[in-house]
Amino acid sequence: MTALATAAGAPAADIAGRGLLRFLTCGSVDDGKSTLIGRLLYETQVVFDDHIDAVTRASRRHGTTGEDVDLALLVDGLEAEREQGITIDVAYRYFATARRKFIVADTPGHEQYTRNMATGASTADLAILLVDARKGVLIQTKRHAYIAKLLGIRHLVLAVNKIDLVGFDAGRFAEIEAEFRAFVAGWDFATAVAIPLSARFGDNLVAPSPRVPWYDGPTLLQHLETVEVDEDITAQPFRMAVQWVNRPNLDFRGLSGSVAGGRVRSGDPIVVTASGQATRVARIVTADGDIEEAEAGQAVTLTCAEEVDASRGDVLAPPDARPEFSDQFAAHLIWMHETPLFPGRPYLLKAGTRSVTATVSEIKHRVDVNSLSHLAAKELQLNEIGFCNLSLSAPIAFDPYSANRETGGFILIDRLTNATVGAGMIEFGLRRATNIHWQALDVDKAARARLKEQRPAILWFTGLSGAGKSTIANLVERKLLAEGRHTYLLDGDNVRHGLNRDLGFTETDRIENIRRVAETAKLFVDAGLLVLVSFISPFRAERQMARDLVEAGEFIEIFVDTTIDECRRRDPKGLYAKADRGQIKNFTGIDSPYEPPERPELRLDTVQQTPEASAEAIVRHLRDRGLLG
Amino acid sequence: MREVAAEFRNPVMLYSIGKDSSVMLHLAMKAFYPASPPFPLLHIDTTWKFREMIRFRDDTARRVGMRLIVHTNPDGLARNVNPFEHGSSYYTNVMKTEALKQALTLHGFDAAFGGARRDEEASRAKERVFSFRSASHGWDPKNQRPELWHLYNTRIAPGESIRVFPLSNWTELDIWEYIRAEGIPIVPLYFAAERPVVERDGMLIMADDERLPLAPGQSPEMRLVRFRTLGCYPLTAAAESSAASLEEIVREIMEARRSERSGRLIDHDEQASMERKKREGYF
Repeated sequence: MTALATAAGAPAADIAGRGLLRFLTCGSVDDGKSTLIGRLLYETQVVFDDHIDAVTRASRRHGTTGEDVDLALLVDGLEAEREQGITIDVAYRYFATARRKFIVADTPGHEQYTRNMATGASTADLAILLVDARKGVLIQTKRHAYIAKLLGIRHLVLAVNKIDLVGFDAGRFAEIEAEFRAFVAGWDFATAVAIPLSARFGDNLVAPSPRVPWYDGPTLLQHLETVEVDEDITAQPFRMAVQWVNRPNLDFRGLSGSVAGGRVRSGDPIVVTASGQATRVARIVTADGDIEEAEAGQAVTLTCAEEVDASRGDVLAPPDARPEFSDQFAAHLIWMHETPLFPGRPYLLKAGTRSVTATVSEIKHRVDVNSLSHLAAKELQLNEIGFCNLSLSAPIAFDPYSANRETGGFILIDRLTNATVGAGMIEFGLRRATNIHWQALDVDKAARARLKEQRPAILWFTGLSGAGKSTIANLVERKLLAEGRHTYLLDGDNVRHGLNRDLGFTETDRIENIRRVAETAKLFVDAGLLVLVSFISPFRAERQMARDLVEAGEFIEIFVDTTIDECRRRDPKGLYAKADRGQIKNFTGIDSPYEPPERPELRLDTVQQTPEASAEAIVRHLRDRGLLG
Repeated sequence: MREVAAEFRNPVMLYSIGKDSSVMLHLAMKAFYPASPPFPLLHIDTTWKFREMIRFRDDTARRVGMRLIVHTNPDGLARNVNPFEHGSSYYTNVMKTEALKQALTLHGFDAAFGGARRDEEASRAKERVFSFRSASHGWDPKNQRPELWHLYNTRIAPGESIRVFPLSNWTELDIWEYIRAEGIPIVPLYFAAERPVVERDGMLIMADDERLPLAPGQSPEMRLVRFRTLGCYPLTAAAESSAASLEEIVREIMEARRSERSGRLIDHDEQASMERKKREGYF
C-alpha cells in the first residue's frame, strides 16, 4: 500500500496534507471527561443533528445536567455504562479541523482500569489529564501521568476543568499548575502545559474565554492543533518485521511488512537480524508501481538483490544499526488479567510478527503507581506494573521501547485461554544472555542412551492427591528395573524434603516447584534415563512447560483419573479430612483448582482397574512407543 | 490484512457492495500485490438488495478475479421473511445476522474482514480491530482483548473466530476522499439521479422492484436523489441531492448535518439497538 493508507491504521495524512494527532484523555468519573470530548466534537461540527436529537432524548432519561443537553452522552457508547454513568472501556472518536485530524482515545479513569489507559496510550502522542478545579491534582492524576510516561507519551496537557465552579479564580489555577509542574519536573516530557477551562460551558476549549482574562495561553484546541509531536520515528534506524512472504509465482519473491522505524531506499544494504544474512533492497513494490523510498508507517513489499532466507517473524535492519538480539531482557510489564502473573509460568510472547514462549524469570520490583515507590513482589495482580526479567524460548530482535515503540513493545498471551494478559515495554537486553553460551559436550544424550539400550523419556503422572500416582509409578519403576532399565523416580513429597524444601503451597510456589522438578527431569533425560515424575501438578500451563523442555515424543503425560469423591474416600494420608476441617490451605480439589489434561498420552481409570493393571498398561505403552529398545 | 492472511487458516472478506467494502477490497488488492488476496469474498444476500448492487457485485468479482460466495438464509427464504410483514428488526436478524452466522459456520471461516468503522455508531467506537467472537458468534463488549500498539492477538480455540475491521480508524470523509484519490469504482446509486421513490414516515424509499407494497392510490414519483449508505432497498432511505460527482459528494458530506446511518431504518428500532445486534452476531 502506498502513502495514503496503512493496514488497520488510519489514513495517515489526508489529501490536503493535514497531519494527524492521536491523543488520549484521562480523568476520574466526575472530572467531566466525556463532556469535554462531547463538546470538542460538538464545537468542531462533527456531531450530526440526528445524534443531537438522540442525545437530547437520552439526556432526559440518563442525563446529569438538568434541562441542558448532556454532551457526555454523545461519547458514552455502551448500554451498561449509560446505566452506571461511567465509561468502561477504550472508545475512539474522530474529528478534524482545517489544520489537523484527530483520533481521541477515551479511557476511563477509575482505579481498576489501568489496562485500558495503557491500551489507549500505546498509540497516542499526547495525553490530556483532567482535574476538577475544586479538587486539584489527585493521586490519580499522578498515576495517569506516570502511565503516560511509561507508555512513551511525550506531551502532556493538564486540563483544569470546572474553572467556573471556583469562580474563575486565577489563584486557584496557579496553585494547581504549580503542583502539576512540581511532580512532572524531571520526567522529561517534551511539553507539559496547564489550561483552565469549563467543558460544560465551553470556556477555553475552542475560543479564548473572556471569563479568564488572566490566562493568556492557548485554548485547548489551539494547543492540540499546533503542538509539535513529530518525534520523527523516521530518524530512527530502519526496521521492518516480515509479515508475509509474497510469492504469487516462481519469478517473484517479496517480503511484505510495515516499516516500523526509519526509512529504506532501493539499493540500501539490509540484514536479516536472526541469521545475519546480508543483501540489498532491489525494489520497493506497490500496486501503483515501484517507489524509490518508504518510511515508517508505510506498508510495503521489498524484493532483495540476492535471495536470503527470510520468513514471517524475521526483522530486517541496516547492517550498521542492527537491533538487539537476545533471549533475555528486562522490561516494564503491565498486567491485564484477573489471573495474576506468576514467575516461571510460560506465556506466549508476541513482538512484531514473531511469537515465542516466554517466562518471567524474576520480578525485580513492583511499582506502586500511587506513591511511585518500588515494592518487592512475588506475583503481579490485574492492573499492577512490574519491572521484570524475561526469558524466552528463542532469541528475538528488539529495540529499547524508548527508542522505538513498535519494536520495543510486546504482549503476553495465555496459552490456554488465548487471552491477552500483559503488555511490556523492553528496557534493555540482559548481558548474561549474550555471554553465557552453551558448552558443547562430546558425550551427548544419544550416546548415553545408546549405552543403556533404551530411549529416555519423562513419564509425568498427574492427578489429585490420593489418586494413586505414587503407587502406580512405584510399580512401573519396579517392572522396568526388573527388565534391566535405567530409571529414576521424582516423587512430589520426597522432593519437597530436599531440593524444594523452601517452597510452600501458594500458586507461585507450586509453579516454581514444578519448574524445578521439570528442569531436574530434563537433566535426567539428558543422562539417558526413563524418569518417572509423580506430582499433583494441577495447572495445565506448567505441565505444558515441562513438555516443552524436552524433545517431541520424550514427554508422556499420564493422567491418573480418580474422582475427588473417591480420593476423599481413600484418603491414605488423612489429608482430605484435615483440609475439610480447614487445617490445610490451598489443597488441590478443595480450595485450589485442578485442571485435568486435555490430551494426555495415557488416561488411567483407577476405579475400574487395579494399580497392577495400570502399571502393566504403562509398560505396554512404552514398549509400543519403542522406548524399551 | 496480511497479519490475518498469515495467521489464520481460513479467512474470508465480507463484501457488502457498499463504499466501505469497495475501499476495503481495494486495500486488500494493494496489500497483496502482485499476488491476489488469498481469501474469497462473501456476500450475504437478503434478496432485498438494490438490483444495481447485485449487478455491481458480480462485475466487481469478475474484475478482481476473486472467488465470490453468495449466501442466503434458506430457512428465511422458505418462510418468505421480508421487511414489510415481519418488521425490520426480525427481518434483519433472520436474513442478515442468522444468514451470516450460517455462512461462517458452513465454510468454517475462522477470520472475517468487515468494513465497519468506529465513527459510525457509539457502540462501534469501542470495537477492536481484531474482535473476538465465541463459537456461537457472540460479542461480549465487557470481555474484549486489549489492543496495544499494532500488536494483535490472533489466537483462537477451534470453533471460535475473529472479526477484523481494517477500516476502524477511517471516517466517512476519509472514505470518500480516498475513493476520489484512488478512483475506486462504486455503485452508481451513490450519485444523484432521477429515481422512483415513495415517501414513508418522512423517509424516501425507492421502488426498486414491484415487491414494494404501495398504499392505495400511491405511486412512485421521480425525484433527484442519491444514497449515502446502501443496504436493503426497503430499509434504506434516499436523500434528495444533486451531488452527481465525487467532488460534489465530498462537499455535501463536509456540510452534512445528519449522520450517514440516519437513513438506516434498522438503527432506529431502539436505542442501543446496534450493540444488541452485535452481541447476537451482527457485524
